[in-house]
Amino acid sequence: MSVNATPAGADVAADETATRGGGRHAAVPTQRAGRRARAPLSENKRAERRLGWLLCAPAALVMVLVTAYPILYSVWLSLQRFDLRFPDQREFIGLENYVTVLTNQFWWTAFGVTALITVVTVAVELVLGMGLALIMHRTLVGRGIVRTAALIPYGIVTVVAAFSWRYAWTPGTGYLANLFDGSAPLTERASSLAIIMLAEIWKTTPFMALLLMAGLALVPEDLLKAASTDGATAWQRFTKVMLPVMKPAILVALLFRTLDAFRVFDNIFVLTAGGNETSSVSMLAYNNLIRGLNLGIGSTMSVLIFLTVAIIAFVFVKLFGTAAPGSDDGERR
Amino acid sequence: MADIVLDKVSKRFPDGTTAVRGVDLEIADGEFVILVGPSGCGKSTTLNMIAGLEDISSGELRIAGQRVNDKAPRDRDIAMVFQSYALYPNMTVRENMAFPLRLAKLDKESIHQKVEEAAKVLELTPLLDRKPANLSGGQRQRVAMGRAIVRQPKAFLMDEPLSNLDAKLRVQMRTVVSRLQKQLGTTTVYVTHDQTEAMTLGDRVVIMRGGAVQQVGPPQELYDHPRNLFVAGFIGSPSMNFLHAAVEDGHLRTALGDVPIGDRVRRQLDGADAPRELILGIRPEHFEDAALIDDETRRRGLEFDAPVDIVESMGSDKYVYFTVEGERASAAELEELAADAGAADFTGTGSSLVTRLSAESPVREGESRRVWFNLEKIHLFDPSTGRNLTLHEGRASGALAD
Repeated sequence: MSVNATPAGADVAADETATRGGGRHAAVPTQRAGRRARAPLSENKRAERRLGWLLCAPAALVMVLVTAYPILYSVWLSLQRFDLRFPDQREFIGLENYVTVLTNQFWWTAFGVTALITVVTVAVELVLGMGLALIMHRTLVGRGIVRTAALIPYGIVTVVAAFSWRYAWTPGTGYLANLFDGSAPLTERASSLAIIMLAEIWKTTPFMALLLMAGLALVPEDLLKAASTDGATAWQRFTKVMLPVMKPAILVALLFRTLDAFRVFDNIFVLTAGGNETSSVSMLAYNNLIRGLNLGIGSTMSVLIFLTVAIIAFVFVKLFGTAAPGSDDGERR
Repeated sequence: MADIVLDKVSKRFPDGTTAVRGVDLEIADGEFVILVGPSGCGKSTTLNMIAGLEDISSGELRIAGQRVNDKAPRDRDIAMVFQSYALYPNMTVRENMAFPLRLAKLDKESIHQKVEEAAKVLELTPLLDRKPANLSGGQRQRVAMGRAIVRQPKAFLMDEPLSNLDAKLRVQMRTVVSRLQKQLGTTTVYVTHDQTEAMTLGDRVVIMRGGAVQQVGPPQELYDHPRNLFVAGFIGSPSMNFLHAAVEDGHLRTALGDVPIGDRVRRQLDGADAPRELILGIRPEHFEDAALIDDETRRRGLEFDAPVDIVESMGSDKYVYFTVEGERASAAELEELAADAGAADFTGTGSSLVTRLSAESPVREGESRRVWFNLEKIHLFDPSTGRNLTLHEGRASGALAD
């Protein structure tokens, strides 16, 4: 029962309280105090809850207008044959677009590329980001400068950074290409993917580090001191004390980055424009939707990307017990 | 088990502040030593240096005769208990207690056995499979103790281990700590800011102020024979009364009347640079209702009349607060003590005198009462240095001693 925060946190917690309170562990009354019991709500509580809804309403309304409507509209579009080049042929075709996309080899190639980029970049970013976070956390001198310097890549517009990578790898003029005897890595699939991933990692590791640093701040200094007197080496302190305590923060960081990485677009668009089978699913959707003007197929892909991202988030929150942003972090203190 | 020796140990931080200056301390094998002082006096820094969590800037630290200045905490074989308990939240009570043993690569069987043993001593057996988050403060505190005792280290270091408990539990845990230490006979260094804990727990108490040791000794000795104003004011509750005293032809003029002085004190006041003004210190229990004492006792002291401000009846005796006129005693030490007590900005008019009188005393608020005080028990301090002038060869001998 280490991390148990879920979007439905309140209910789960109430259940747990009930089972544990009645179970073999004698309940500690002071700790139960303040937990919500399943008693009928008093008049006051109801009024408070109503006020809560009212206060949320404006924000919720804006959210519905700017996100729910476009999402529903694209779902609606995905159920139609709708190609702007042949507007007359528009008709409702149910799930036929989905069959088309899901049996198409380009889609699966792009999906594979996207998955590869996601897994590799997030994994590398986690390791590098952790290192960077530790450095930023431990730095005593010039803390501000170190942090600012580390965050510079994240502050640069992705497209601008992508162009600088492209020029750097351009044979003849690029300094990086020249290092490798003027080869043209962006013309081959494997090296292109490597460069795309490199650009992604360079760009977003600082963000990862920032999220992890917030997690590091949650590790009490006393805990590390206790571990050192208990006989832990630096590595043991890191793996046995820091990482477990930071787990919620790490999972949130991974969730954010995975969702982000799966929608990779800018770098690919600039570096290879999807050439040599380096398209991500976002690139593919863009090509169909905007360049191909096929609103039906494009929307279908968008919906599929949305679903994949939703599944990733669901897996993180439900299976790994990641604290959903906004809920408390689950550990009762 | 081992002795711990601090040989002129100092700690200077990179920003130039000196947290601990030249501390000399020899802690015998099996001894229970308390480091006490107001916040910022360097007691925790000293403890951290013994643990190896802070570097030692200069001086030498020896544990069991071995210089350990440059050894990592894990190589010093000491166990530490923290104010925050510092339990690993991801581990159960059992795993928390087993952690140091697992790191020491003991086999599973003996780990299990040792944890069970320690749990039994601390009555933690039914809680072994719980997570710290599901324990009460007192239980967490015991787990922290369990984690320390389970591996039989050379020494226990405790950093205000009881400060996060509520008052009742703290008193109870005090006896637990005391009993445990006697049972195990392990050298223990215990840091606290609470003088009651210091008085009740330790074999010897080290009083620190501004990074320097003020006095080291058994609790009763510090109480009876304080070396200086700071120690006198820090130890004791309610604390010692301090009054301004002017030296005038063989007498001390104080708010309680003229106090005669004996030869020994007079010799100290004869020098050219001797202070003309002193601070007179007297503990609350050295007062008594003048109506309740016999003639022989009466001769050893002085009497005065003063209006009664407040009476606090404790059952066994009464704390009676009198208002006395006259100049307030002032010294840097007293200000510091007041600041530590949080009363620096709280000063009434005149001085308030706390006395502990017999329960039989018919004293009432608002009336004036004749009170006797014991001249043999008063201390005289030099306001500029804080030194106790009545101290002779380490013993306080009152104002009248010859």
